[in-house]
Amino acid sequence: MATQPSLGAEAPISHTVSREDYEYVWPLPPRRRPPLKDYSAESLREYLATAPLDEVDIADPMYWETDTHWTFFKRLRDEAPVHFTGVNANRHRGYWSVTRWADIMAVDTNHQIFSSDAHLGGITLFDMDQDFIMPMFIAMDQPKHDVQRKAVNPIVSGSNLQAFEALIRSRTQEVLDGLPRGEEFDWVDRVSIELTSRMLATLFDFPQEHRRKLTWWSDIATADPEVPGNLQKEERQAALLGMLQEFMGLWNDRVNDPEPKGDLISMLAHNPATRNMPPMEFMGNLVLLIVGGNDTTRNSITGGLKFLNDNPAEYAKLRANHGLIEPMVSEIIRYQTPLAHMRRTALEDTILGGQHIAKGDKVVMWYASGNRDERAIENPDAFIIDRPRARQHMSFGFGIHRCVGNRLAELQLKILWEEILARFDNIEVVSEPERVPSAFVKGYKSLMVRIPA
Amino acid sequence: MARITYVEFNGTAHSVEVANGVSLMEGAISNGVPGIDGDCGGNAACATCHVYVDGAWTGKTGTPNEMEDAMLDLADGKRDNSRLACQILASDDLDGLVIEMPETQH
Repeated sequence: MATQPSLGAEAPISHTVSREDYEYVWPLPPRRRPPLKDYSAESLREYLATAPLDEVDIADPMYWETDTHWTFFKRLRDEAPVHFTGVNANRHRGYWSVTRWADIMAVDTNHQIFSSDAHLGGITLFDMDQDFIMPMFIAMDQPKHDVQRKAVNPIVSGSNLQAFEALIRSRTQEVLDGLPRGEEFDWVDRVSIELTSRMLATLFDFPQEHRRKLTWWSDIATADPEVPGNLQKEERQAALLGMLQEFMGLWNDRVNDPEPKGDLISMLAHNPATRNMPPMEFMGNLVLLIVGGNDTTRNSITGGLKFLNDNPAEYAKLRANHGLIEPMVSEIIRYQTPLAHMRRTALEDTILGGQHIAKGDKVVMWYASGNRDERAIENPDAFIIDRPRARQHMSFGFGIHRCVGNRLAELQLKILWEEILARFDNIEVVSEPERVPSAFVKGYKSLMVRIPA
Repeated sequence: MARITYVEFNGTAHSVEVANGVSLMEGAISNGVPGIDGDCGGNAACATCHVYVDGAWTGKTGTPNEMEDAMLDLADGKRDNSRLACQILASDDLDGLVIEMPETQH
């Protein structure tokens, strides 16, 4: 029987434990956390400012729920831009953190060495469940990736987006017109989730009245089963199988249409590259499209409002010049970085940022850090809505896995802000948001706001 | 130095001078030519500077490498003469080049 790597200091490891030598157990061994008096944002921020770099497992959800990871990433960029974490390796097998823009770009564009394959663990820091591998095109390498991606690409083509524009606008108007005045409400629930779930239901031609199921599936697909309140591993798998069953019904309705309709399910059912997908692969691609179309835009919708409230001078600039919406949308997406990282697996030994990466190692590209790299972006910690070259951010990733829905996301955000400015002079954030405890989905559970009466 | 003419999808032409060694993507952005985004900053990693180059110029502009080809393959409206403008550097040889843009960048 393979031995578990031991915890941290006694037996430090310098490379990812191979999948062959790692015994997957559930539940995972307890997480090692620093011995602090409490785990408040203040204590964590203070700890991360001086903690030995090798002692910190920045994948711990507590750093993301408290929004305290920033200092640590700055230290990594300056002191150890390609850095191995062995702490808690008995939970995640160890991983390399890549934190500078240029190094992330180098990994993201080297598909020959850095694999996305689901069977090697996939595209998130934590491997996919060994007994529940969901192949999906983002977690495939060439050439299969390319043909599957092309099967769904037409839904976000320029002409299709033009066709969507009027619908997105009328829905946005409807949702905004229904908001209360002079009382507090949750922006995430009433606006961010509402708009993204409606859009997603349209893309799948999924029954609009059940659109919140899409949100729920998206949330459970990415939720850490160990965080209190989240579904347990088995419950999560059962829920995703339920999702598969529901979508199989839609698939069966559409697969025999003489011509494919314009929705994603019809596209997948009629394309030779995807029509014979095994069930787990269909499920994987559903998860990809649901999470991709849901979590990311949702959290940029929420983030944008928070950033404008945190930066009143920028909000004033926007009110005075609605022409700034377009660069602002890019700046919001950079500043939010709704997916904090993507992960690759090294297919061969290589050198990155002066470090020796071994075949099989997990390599985590922290987009959240690359988007704040002073070497690539001037004054990166500032939210500046008219930033020159605002489009140059890495939130969509680079290379063949670059976000397929980026233009749709930008369109949704642009229309939202046009319609907000047409209606409301101000939307006040009244308290700090509640954040998602995840090192992958960087987002918000709630954000309480008030529109002055 | 090369005079490059960028033609938008709607037919609007922009003729600008691009210094030798500067990419045609940079040349468009620094001269305010619309329709080319260059999101990745010139790494052939995003396909938002997709252009069509007249076949007669191929000998001078070169042909895409593997990475560029992979990105073009995922772009909307790819044609045989598709290129990423960030991978073509201006030189005296390219003086007079006309490049056309697709309907949208993706």
